[in-house]
Amino acid sequence: MSLKEFQNRYVGSQNYKVIQIEEYPKTPWEKFKRVVKRTFKLELFVGLKIVFNEMVKFNIHTVQYPKEKIPIGPRYRAVHRLLRLLESGNERCIGCGLCEKICISNCIRIDTKIDENGRKIPTEYTINFGRCIFCGYCAEVCPELAIVHGPDYENASDQRAQFAKKEDMLTPIDKLKEQKEFQGFGSPTPEADKLIKKTPLAY
Amino acid sequence: MSGAYVIETILKILIVLGLFSALAGFATYVERKVLAFMQRRLGPMHVGPYGILQVVADGIKLFTKEDFIPQGAVKPIFKIAPVITAATAFMAMAAIPMFPEFTINGYTVKPIISDINVGLLYVVGVMAIGMYGPLLAGMASGNKWSLLGAARTVVQLLSFEVVTGLSILAPVMLVGSLSLIDINNYQSGGVSHWLIWTQPVAFILFLISGYAETNRTPFDILEHEAEIVSGYATEYSGMRWGMFFIGEYANMFTISFLASIIFLGGFNDLWFIPGAIAILIKVFFFIFLFLWTRAAWPHVRPDQLMWLCWKVLMPIAVINVVITGIVLMI
Ligand code: SF4
Ligand code: SF4
Repeated sequence: MSLKEFQNRYVGSQNYKVIQIEEYPKTPWEKFKRVVKRTFKLELFVGLKIVFNEMVKFNIHTVQYPKEKIPIGPRYRAVHRLLRLLESGNERCIGCGLCEKICISNCIRIDTKIDENGRKIPTEYTINFGRCIFCGYCAEVCPELAIVHGPDYENASDQRAQFAKKEDMLTPIDKLKEQKEFQGFGSPTPEADKLIKKTPLAY
Repeated sequence: MSGAYVIETILKILIVLGLFSALAGFATYVERKVLAFMQRRLGPMHVGPYGILQVVADGIKLFTKEDFIPQGAVKPIFKIAPVITAATAFMAMAAIPMFPEFTINGYTVKPIISDINVGLLYVVGVMAIGMYGPLLAGMASGNKWSLLGAARTVVQLLSFEVVTGLSILAPVMLVGSLSLIDINNYQSGGVSHWLIWTQPVAFILFLISGYAETNRTPFDILEHEAEIVSGYATEYSGMRWGMFFIGEYANMFTISFLASIIFLGGFNDLWFIPGAIAILIKVFFFIFLFLWTRAAWPHVRPDQLMWLCWKVLMPIAVINVVITGIVLMI
């Protein structure tokens, strides 16, 4: 089935398969006939054949997790990142405080100062991850695309606070080259069209 | 009784014990791998190359786990129950001829611990005694799931004992002996002499009831996780649980050996394949069949199990015995 057919949502112009459900047997004789039919139809062996074919085909779907990882979609909302400007390496955050204001669980805390160039910069930027619900509003509201959600889901640690300080979230200045631009909310996975699969109705 | 005989028997016992304990461990690895491949997974991969040392890791885990006895349990019975399962499973192997005779340095070794003339009866009987393991375990645990599991065990094993007995009765009538060696020799004429051709119904019945007696899918109602946690083994941990496990796998091997010897020509030479290898191939085919069905089939409800046993298999077994008798008379 091509993608175009798949995208056709008009019920009625599609070919549906009507499933035939047999009547339940009522008399003992009918029940007996059903038992005999089922016994000699060898349906059980169909099941055996299917699993054996799967074994021979050896089409394994295991992802051996710590060794292999599946790329994560850009919409994923993990622990936050503070980004830098790509050219100058300056912090993007202008200390406007919108994220602090919009945060529905009140977990962002910022301290700002005016630096020597007359720019307002945050001296402190912490997120209390005990309270953050990863709603993404802070990243949505930020006018400078400064606070975004990172892709790191391996957050095991003995203290949540170890991800939450400014120096943990800010892109290190030497890693500036590797900084990925935030795609924006609702951005589809790369090559999302190719990933669409037909729902297997015709089993 | 000569000294050499005693030493030989003790040696054989040790070999059977050691070999089949190891095989039981290895079978768990094979089972996990085969099931995984059939379900498009990889199975154990991390311990050793391709996870082969997983068995060792599991063994270490089992041996070092706390040996826990719940407060409400009847202690002596709770402790002895797994021993019964494991012991009877190995005792049943005493009368099974595993391989053809062979000679080392002019000394003929019979690879059977004790060639008693009612071998088959003995094996089936001892396997039936194994039922006391789950039964006592479930009743002594002081746990409702265990009790339910024990009740199911008794119901299942008692019912299928009947089918096993009746299904092997027909081949025994043909051979005229209960010794497994006699049964084996009866089929020494090649593939066309195998009892499966003269007794196909008995073979299928024996296989079905063998599955039921070793609690394998589709008849694993006595420790089905989704319904009764772990059945009679719910309260067990560590090596006591391990003994149930070894018992179950040893029983699988026993049933596989029995099926191969009674119906598939045992350890007779098969075309160019020597007998010892032939029987190993047959046994491992049956073990594979155990795993295969486990991957493919759902398990049955207890009432369906009883229906299958008493209303379908038992009458067929009786009819089979009667027809065999009539044919023998004519
Ligand atoms: S994701 Fe939501 S809850 Fe978490 S810091 Fe941002 S706005 Fe607050
Ligand atoms: S909304 Fe953006 S720019 Fe404003 S304070 Fe928050 S992170 Fe800084």
